Amino acid sequence: MNEKYLEIRNITKVFQTPEGGEVRALDDVSLDIASGEFFILLGPSGCGKTTLLRSIAGLEYPDSGEIVLQGERIDDKPPYERPVNTVFQSYALFPHMTVSANIAFGLEMENVEKAEVTTRVTEALAQVRLEGYENRMPSQLSGGQQQRVALARALAKKPKVLLLDEPLSALDLKLRRGMQVELKRLQRETGITFVFVTHDQEEAMSMGDRIAVFSEGKIIQLDTPVEVYRRPVNAYVADFIGETNLIKGTVVAGGISLPGGNILPTDQLAEDSVIPASGEVTVAIRPEDLVLSTNGMIGGTVKDVIFTGDSVRVHVAVGDIEVIASLASYGTQIPEQGSTVTLNPEHRAARTVAS
Amino acid sequence: MTAVTTPPKKQTQRGRPGQSSPKFAYLPIIFLAFAIGIPLLIIVVYSFLEAPSQGTGVKWVFTTDNYKALFIQEKLDGTTALDTRYIKVLWTSFYYSLITTVVTLVLSIPVAMWIATREVKKRNVLVALVTLPFWISILIRTYGMRQIIADEGPIGKFLAIFNIDWSILYAPPATILGLIYVFLPFMILPIYASAERFDFKLAEAAYDLGAKRMTVVRRIILPSIRPGVISGIALVFIPALGSFLQSDMLGGGKTNMVANVIANNFGQARNWPFGSALAVLLIVLTLFFVLIMQSAAKRRGGKVELV
Repeated sequence: MNEKYLEIRNITKVFQTPEGGEVRALDDVSLDIASGEFFILLGPSGCGKTTLLRSIAGLEYPDSGEIVLQGERIDDKPPYERPVNTVFQSYALFPHMTVSANIAFGLEMENVEKAEVTTRVTEALAQVRLEGYENRMPSQLSGGQQQRVALARALAKKPKVLLLDEPLSALDLKLRRGMQVELKRLQRETGITFVFVTHDQEEAMSMGDRIAVFSEGKIIQLDTPVEVYRRPVNAYVADFIGETNLIKGTVVAGGISLPGGNILPTDQLAEDSVIPASGEVTVAIRPEDLVLSTNGMIGGTVKDVIFTGDSVRVHVAVGDIEVIASLASYGTQIPEQGSTVTLNPEHRAARTVAS
Repeated sequence: MTAVTTPPKKQTQRGRPGQSSPKFAYLPIIFLAFAIGIPLLIIVVYSFLEAPSQGTGVKWVFTTDNYKALFIQEKLDGTTALDTRYIKVLWTSFYYSLITTVVTLVLSIPVAMWIATREVKKRNVLVALVTLPFWISILIRTYGMRQIIADEGPIGKFLAIFNIDWSILYAPPATILGLIYVFLPFMILPIYASAERFDFKLAEAAYDLGAKRMTVVRRIILPSIRPGVISGIALVFIPALGSFLQSDMLGGGKTNMVANVIANNFGQARNWPFGSALAVLLIVLTLFFVLIMQSAAKRRGGKVELV
């Protein structure tokens, strides 16, 4: 595996707003993507992730920086000379062409022989399981099917990197889950490097080999899903990836004083937690890491109890904040609304995070 | 005791809000039927009547001579020969209209695409500018055109500096220039209407798939704006066929278009039946072109309804 297959070096892109202001969509972003990797660009809308994807595709030209694919600079090339292809959020299927004409279009641009075009169109349709749809018009297909055609159209080109711009955002939840599995399978089978843009952290975690978390044009954290989830670098990532209780405390001797006065001992915190000498600190605890305890360090009144099947979510008012605990629904005494409970974090599950 | 049942009150039929009753459509339809149908009927009837030997009007005697006269000339010695004068006039009209259509089409596509890619606010201003000529009477605009392109007009004076001879007024180029000028907005507007709906993501997708600029235009943009192009062609070509003012005022009446000949027969020549026959022929030919264009639109899967 080539660790430096696609290199993004110091990319900066500034947009002018109609009001005359400036938006720094990408601010000196650098990252390396390995060959055959399923790489996720994750962040809320407007964080710059799509701008980066479009810069790789050649649909946007960065103000500075370099994009290097297999040791060759591509950032100065027009889109039609780059060996990368995009699956667009809106699919962008050509409405006046049949499914097979849509897929064949990209191959015709490369002057691929007619017989081979036919073979590769059939192959691409088989890959996305749409055999027999060759002569349909895009308007005759469902959203999910259009999505597959868009995918087949890009895959037929056998790109060195496949760029996917929130391709599943228009699908309903069930279809989206199915396509996530399908995309993962396709990526494994074809061995093509995928760069996938999404704002959905669950999607990012379930599909990505690695995730780059973006905020305001910068990469905040770049790691595997497990690491990003377990060791968020700051409160922003902790809150954006999964669900987290962010509790403000004060550093005292031997631990952190939590709202309510109880002290969370230092030896109960995750080992790599950084604890300042004094002052305020934010403690992050995942809801599933909280357990009911007769003598817990976080106490409060139960505001809501929500049964979701596999778990029971208990909302507890602690001082003026709300702490959510996700308890296993089986074998747990479910607390009643209005009752007083105390909670404890699992051993070394709580961690301090930079705010 | 007898039970008294009151019949249920008849419900008045009320349309849904926003749905206007068909009776509001009757008046304009009746008006159009009279304003178009009756003159058309008169023209068709007159075309089969004789012209009086003196004065204007018609003599109520049935004849097909008017149609024969369109193509056949009767000589003094009684022999007949093919008369190509009117065929030539029709050809001239067709030819001028074709050039007008092609030139306005080529000019309009980039303009329409350019407007469609501006911000919404700017677009509205630009579309208003395109429609600006409609604010002034076509007669006045054509007079204006005559001043501009006259030998001693601004263009002529400017070119005279470089010793270039400029003389197009009262000749075919002036007629065609006038036609292009008048019909350009009729081509830009429908194409713009199509271009505005064009999803520029499709162009990006085509670039991404390896298409170069011209390929994107030819294979993605043009097919997408085809309905607008077909509407534009219909809106320019058909009225251009029947134009009269440009060749009269700018062409100097030397090279007549068919509408000029028709007008002349109702005016100076005082041959209403013959003018009617020529008008009927023009209508039939126009209808023929409309049908061709409609079948072209249908074959391409377009949703253009011309008739």
